[in-house]
Amino acid sequence: MSAITLKVNGRAHTLDLDPATPLLYALSDDLELRGPKFGCGLGQCGACTAIVNGSAVRTCVTPVSSAVGKEIVTLEGLGTPEKPHPIQRAFIDEQAAQCGFCLNGVILSAKAFLDKNPKATEPEIQQALSGVLCRCFTHSRMYAAIQRYAVGQVHDLPFPK
Amino acid sequence: MKSMLTAEARSVLNRRGFLKSAGALIVGFRFVGEPPARAQFGQAALSGSPPADQLDSWIAIGADGRVTAFTGKEELGQGISTAQQQLVAEELSVPFERVTLIYCDTALTPDQAYTSGSQSHPTNFNHANLALAAATAREALLKMAAQRLGAPVEQLTAAAGVIGVKGDASKKVSYGDLTAGKKLNLALDKNAKRKPVSEWTVLGKPIGRPDMPAMAAGQFEYVHNVRLPGMLHGRVVRPPVVGATIISVDDSSVAGLPGLVKVVVKKNFIGVVAEKPWQAMQAAEKLKVNWTAGSGLPKQSEFYDSLLRQPSRDALMVDSKDTSQALAAAPVTLKSTYLHPYQMHGSMGSSCAVADVQGDRATLYSPTQGVWYQRSTGAMILGLKPENVHVIFRRGAGCYGLNGADTVSYDAMILSQAVGKPVRVQLSRKDEMAWENYGNAWRIEERAGLDAQGNIVAWEHEAWTPGLGNRPGPATPGNVITGMLLGFGPAPFSPAAAQPPRAYNNNSNGIPSYVAGNVGGSVLGIGGGTGTVKSEKVLVHNVVSPFWTGPLRSPARLQNTFAHESFMDELAARAKADPVEFRLRHLRNERVIGVLTGAAKAAKWETRPSPKPASPKTGIASGRGVACVAYEGDNGYTGIVVDVEVDQDTGKIAVKRMWVAIDAGPISNPDGLRNQAEGGALQGMSRALGEEVTWDDQKVTSVDWRTYHSLPLGFAIPKIECVLLDRPDEEATGAGETAITVIAPAIGNAIFDATGVRLRQIPLTAERVKAALAARA
Repeated sequence: MSAITLKVNGRAHTLDLDPATPLLYALSDDLELRGPKFGCGLGQCGACTAIVNGSAVRTCVTPVSSAVGKEIVTLEGLGTPEKPHPIQRAFIDEQAAQCGFCLNGVILSAKAFLDKNPKATEPEIQQALSGVLCRCFTHSRMYAAIQRYAVGQVHDLPFPK
Repeated sequence: MKSMLTAEARSVLNRRGFLKSAGALIVGFRFVGEPPARAQFGQAALSGSPPADQLDSWIAIGADGRVTAFTGKEELGQGISTAQQQLVAEELSVPFERVTLIYCDTALTPDQAYTSGSQSHPTNFNHANLALAAATAREALLKMAAQRLGAPVEQLTAAAGVIGVKGDASKKVSYGDLTAGKKLNLALDKNAKRKPVSEWTVLGKPIGRPDMPAMAAGQFEYVHNVRLPGMLHGRVVRPPVVGATIISVDDSSVAGLPGLVKVVVKKNFIGVVAEKPWQAMQAAEKLKVNWTAGSGLPKQSEFYDSLLRQPSRDALMVDSKDTSQALAAAPVTLKSTYLHPYQMHGSMGSSCAVADVQGDRATLYSPTQGVWYQRSTGAMILGLKPENVHVIFRRGAGCYGLNGADTVSYDAMILSQAVGKPVRVQLSRKDEMAWENYGNAWRIEERAGLDAQGNIVAWEHEAWTPGLGNRPGPATPGNVITGMLLGFGPAPFSPAAAQPPRAYNNNSNGIPSYVAGNVGGSVLGIGGGTGTVKSEKVLVHNVVSPFWTGPLRSPARLQNTFAHESFMDELAARAKADPVEFRLRHLRNERVIGVLTGAAKAAKWETRPSPKPASPKTGIASGRGVACVAYEGDNGYTGIVVDVEVDQDTGKIAVKRMWVAIDAGPISNPDGLRNQAEGGALQGMSRALGEEVTWDDQKVTSVDWRTYHSLPLGFAIPKIECVLLDRPDEEATGAGETAITVIAPAIGNAIFDATGVRLRQIPLTAERVKAALAARA
């Protein structure tokens, strides 16, 4: 065990952890964050995603030691139910979920990709989400929400209601 | 300690008058986040659920006018909590936001058995249960107001939680003032009037889900997020192969591991408890266990044939007793065999539960679909009295049926009991996938005869399906893996010959939509079925499964419908008839006809036989397919049309468009219904194209997302158009399992339309398509 300092959603937290512990458990257990989730523990589904230094990372297979000194953003770091981030707003407006367990991976993977590629085409977005699962298959609504966010970004339009 | 519910639950109980009038009840349980208060446990709260025939069990109106509704049908992600909130708001004439819904808590809500089988909408939205409770409450409030305002009930109107007198704006009283937060002490009134659909202002509207903002913002509390003071983390160690039992467990193999609290062994159950999740995972991985050899598994490539040789328990669903003669006399007969694999629920999050067992009391936070049966079977596992076990539903990842929710609840309870502290258990991906209760495999043989005009004159359906275990019922913890490892067993299997059918029941959709539904006797007539074919026989052989099985979204109905609707297409092609026209010729139920023609119309269906004339024999060929169902015979209706492209060089299928027509009675929430239709159709597409449980000679080998093939977000999604058929004068029916039931045969029929090749085995993989195309020439 050793003292490890993580910067999560803008705040520094010092935790006593085995450095080999995957980042997911530091976030979901030690910090009790509800965004990142254990889906498979194998980096295959996306449920554990966090944005680390601007890139979507599968935290269930990322040792906590490798995240030290980096900016970690989780789903709750984007916005709140009362003041959602535009991409969260888009998912709410499209009612783009059923059980909602996959939303963390879908929203953060799409956001990280679109922030770097604001003019991405639909096939490019699909490619970026090729390793993300939603088992309720709310796919069409999710793409509608992602498109809504992407359009709002590119053209800097006021967000459609 | 974070708890979203404590304050809310407290105010709920205040509203219900428990804090004032029933002291024993409020101290009877505690909420997430509160420290254990052992001495405060009262017997009354845990002895049973509120009686379902009493209004106060369902509805509480606070002095502040807020309404709390208690229901035994829970939110699994299907949107039913939003619709139930709309229902209560509508029947009571209060704004949607003023209603709080509490669901599935064995101490708080009426016992409504399982949330399953597309039963929530019919159970709570027709003239009974939650709907009747809300209607009873409204009438009771009107009577109270009549007295208070000195005006006859007929002169009163209710809106936004206030009752007024027509034509006299000065006379009015609010619900809160009428009840002053007190109980109503009334029985549900069967004569209470429901609000007519024509007057709806809340029901029938596409109201967004109140849980959506918290989900999108990562603040929603799933069962995975429940945290209790002093909570530890458990992990289970399942047998390495099917049928293995413990010889010995070497505790020293994990001695000294950081955070390890205990290794728990009970009969063939093994689990570890540690301070943190990662520590529990490490310990579970490192623990050395000496297991016996497994019992061995049948060869997967010969599995469907092996079903024919097993002892079986048989059931006849319809039998006109003349099919052999009718088939022999028919100028044309067709026979086909359809194969459907075991498929898994494959929940996005592996299953999780949190238990706190201390002495003779237990509290369980579980994503189970049956909190009351989890209570009674959990008590059996723990050796406690059922009344001392309190089960509280917390949402898990979408389950689509019997995933690992019940088994992990037992895991958490056993481990908590062993350490005397709260324990959270989340299964590994492999433990979830290797041991869940799969959707059953099926082998289905269809035989039918056509007359000279191409009309069906006889239809025989014979099916074989292997089963083992099921949902835990009132006293059957052995229906899932943990129960069995702890020494309980699934119900013993006894082969039996079929008895003559007694009453028409198409709950499993074993009976094709196109037959008349004669349950017995040689008198030919029209029975309870939805079709016209009077010579009919449906026989099912239940055999023993080597794997656990249980309900998976549209259980049996999906597999039977795959066979029926594919075969109907084969018959239409043989009769050189248009597939829609051929179906209509053999249907006599307006609602099935409605969804079939609804989907066909939306798709601008071109009337002609399949296959499509002059379709290319190489490269991309396109085609269309249709299918329809009366779900469970009469519990929801869907018709679907799909357009597909078949890449004849690779065998790859691309579904380009879907038109889904759905009829679930009066539409409670059109956006919720649409969400279910879209999700069901796409989930069904994933099951049709790629999903299959695989195994070797000892164990299941589809144990993660590389080996079990779910379509990811990356695949090209077909455009889906939903046609919602509102039926305000009909009963509310199920909705969530209908679209998934028809998609596989529609795709298979479209492949046939495009290529002339018939596929009869799910999944419709590129390899199978290619092999079939190669055999075409």
